[in-house]
Amino acid sequence: MNNEQFKSIPAEKFEFAQKDKKIYDKRLETKPIGYFMDAWLRFRKNKSAVVAFVLIMLLVVFAIVVPFVSHFTVNFRDPYYKMVLPKLPVLENAGFWDGCSKTKETKAGYDYLNAIGQETGRTVVRKVYDSYVDSTGSTYYDLRVDSYSKVGYTFATLDKDQYEALQAYQDETGIQVIYPMPATHKTNFVMGNGGANFWYKLADENSTTSGAAVYDDDGSYIPNYLTSESETAADYHSLRIAGDDGGEDGSTWAVYAVKNQSGYKARVDYYEYFYYNNGFYPSFYFGTNVYGQDIFTCLAAGARLSFLLAVFVSLINFTIGTIYGAIEGYYGGTVDIVMERISDVLYSMPFIVVATLFQLHLASKVGVLVSLLFAFVLTGWVGMASRVRMQFYRFKGHEYVLAARTLGARDRRLILKHILPNSLGTIITGSVLAIPGVIFSESMLSYLHIINLETSSLTSIGTMLSNGQGYLSTYPHIILFPALFISILEISFNLFGNGLRDAFNPSLRGADS
Amino acid sequence: MTKYVIKRILLMFLTLFIIMTLSFILIKLLPLPAVREMGRDVNLIYAKREKMGYNKPLMVQYFLFWKSIITEGDWGVGEQMYQSLSVGSVLLQKLPYTIMVNLYSILIAIPLGLVFGIYAALKKNKWQDHMISTLVIVFISVPSYVYAFIVQYVFCYKLGWFSLTLESLDGAALFSWKMFTSMMPAIMALGFGVVAGLARYTRAELSEVLTGDYMLLARTKGLTKAQAISRHAMRNAMVVILPMIIGEFIGILGGSMIIENIFAIPGVGNLFIASINVRDYNFFMALTMFYTFISLASGIVIDLSYGLIDPRIRMGSKK
Repeated sequence: MNNEQFKSIPAEKFEFAQKDKKIYDKRLETKPIGYFMDAWLRFRKNKSAVVAFVLIMLLVVFAIVVPFVSHFTVNFRDPYYKMVLPKLPVLENAGFWDGCSKTKETKAGYDYLNAIGQETGRTVVRKVYDSYVDSTGSTYYDLRVDSYSKVGYTFATLDKDQYEALQAYQDETGIQVIYPMPATHKTNFVMGNGGANFWYKLADENSTTSGAAVYDDDGSYIPNYLTSESETAADYHSLRIAGDDGGEDGSTWAVYAVKNQSGYKARVDYYEYFYYNNGFYPSFYFGTNVYGQDIFTCLAAGARLSFLLAVFVSLINFTIGTIYGAIEGYYGGTVDIVMERISDVLYSMPFIVVATLFQLHLASKVGVLVSLLFAFVLTGWVGMASRVRMQFYRFKGHEYVLAARTLGARDRRLILKHILPNSLGTIITGSVLAIPGVIFSESMLSYLHIINLETSSLTSIGTMLSNGQGYLSTYPHIILFPALFISILEISFNLFGNGLRDAFNPSLRGADS
Repeated sequence: MTKYVIKRILLMFLTLFIIMTLSFILIKLLPLPAVREMGRDVNLIYAKREKMGYNKPLMVQYFLFWKSIITEGDWGVGEQMYQSLSVGSVLLQKLPYTIMVNLYSILIAIPLGLVFGIYAALKKNKWQDHMISTLVIVFISVPSYVYAFIVQYVFCYKLGWFSLTLESLDGAALFSWKMFTSMMPAIMALGFGVVAGLARYTRAELSEVLTGDYMLLARTKGLTKAQAISRHAMRNAMVVILPMIIGEFIGILGGSMIIENIFAIPGVGNLFIASINVRDYNFFMALTMFYTFISLASGIVIDLSYGLIDPRIRMGSKK
């Protein structure tokens, strides 16, 4: 079109751009973008994958850090705070995650809980929702009950030194731990920590008693303590409850401990006694299970075990699978056929069978965990090998490989420098995606008791799940936290793996922008 | 094609043979558990052990093992559990429960999965698609036993719709409505994963097909969108989706061990776990082969079904 006007430009109008200097190519101003840089740039854009990665990191940090900073260990088993509900100290009065739950109690149960609350001074019944009389004439209460305070008192058996030390502690801190012993009720109706919580008079003392309390004129409980007339009363010279002067005016006084064969049996406020023994007040962030173990700590320990196992398995499978697949794919032919048959056999064997046979043969020799590791390693690399093999088949016929071979490159160089880098993305993605699979299999096998990872200091998520299964209806928190953990873990790993796969897939380059 | 099929089947039997031999040797290397005499007549077990040459060399035992399988179809008798009962008959008695639960589950799950997948593909990159895709990722990732716990807690405890575990055997016939409702929790727990998996697969396939040139041609020649999708897009997408569905149908034989365990379904999976826990090696051996066979056979059937569904695909051909 407009080119017409430039048709005849006189020669003298032209001049050299550079007459004296040499002409160079312009220096590249941008940084080169390599394979991993490119993958990272595209991974970064995938918001869900980034979030998933952050989540995984948080879970890893949880698994690593918690066992070090937690008050508890897997060994810790509290005999009284069993199946207590999750409680965060900061949410003490928030109305949720405060260790309380709604329960339905009879009149006797209501009295029992209130009596504990009254004597310890800590609220047991947080709230009375409703009370009603059913068709048989029994009264029922809908209550919000604190599962920690509910424990109340227990009997502690102490030897002389422990008994004196506890009294010295009371004198020093002014915190009362030892409370008067209750007089033995004549009824068979003994519940609540061996009767330690029945410090009040019951309405009737026979074997068919309902367990309801009897009140004085003001409507409060009538104490029913063991008094100084008891023959087994032990010496006591520390804090006393209000209204008990220790017999200075000649009247009877309450007995705080009795002697028995092994030493002293004292009635202790378990909340304070726990503090005395452990140095902190009980609050289990995720509650405790049926053995009184802290679920928060157990979960972290189980997660740590799972992560360690999974990373180990993934690394070993990565190594074996890459080498095996590279040899298969590169050499092909008979080598390939024979090696494929071997991996076929290993792949076809159900994993549960492999795991079982390894357990039966090796668990007694090298330990449960190592034999599980062997089982994972025996069959786990097959998938990786077949992916690497595919990549080798795709690239080994390419011209650049042929060129390198013509230039005299040896097999090893061709494999490592020329073909393998092409499958790096596949390998990395495969290794990452193997991790949730291993964690799932491990939890499933330990859930089914095919492997037993539970020792005094070891636990696994599957074991925790199977321990909680019987209490699903009454104490769902035992299962909730491990199940939540493994669900979040699996979702995050899947999202992260998908993100990685897309990032490492060069055919998607530029597709999203 | 025929040659390829025969080759695949022969290879399958070779693999089966190797696995069977390996398992046999590995099991025989373990100490033989004593027969527990729980007030029953266990002479049959001792006679059986004698017949199978338990006091003879390993090679002889191996030969006798094969002989009894080939000539009599006999996999031995239960030693630690189901004492003196033939392994095969117990397996056959357990199989219907596994099949029923899984069959119900996929019969409900497959239509749902297809519908969600198709809907998401048609609404690609709209909010419906994003919602379904997000849910699919969540449902694929969450382990099946977590669904089992949720279903148990919500539907069995809180709402009280279903009984916690399966009806007792004599309580209800296998095909009754009562049996169906008592299987419902297990069916649901199994179904979530299938729905999600199928929905993801269908969405991916269908949305790829929908971008094809022949879809444009179909619309150009005057087909409505519904016609074009049902006659052209679905048919092509099904080439890939149908083998997956076939795979699910074969998978019902195997079932899910953990779901059977949680819901106390008296199926094959529970039998297998029990055989491991009580160390009954006859059951263990037979069930190992059962599971291996199913996984190998389903691989073959899925591969071959591509060729059957779409004759353009020639399995095993070089090009």
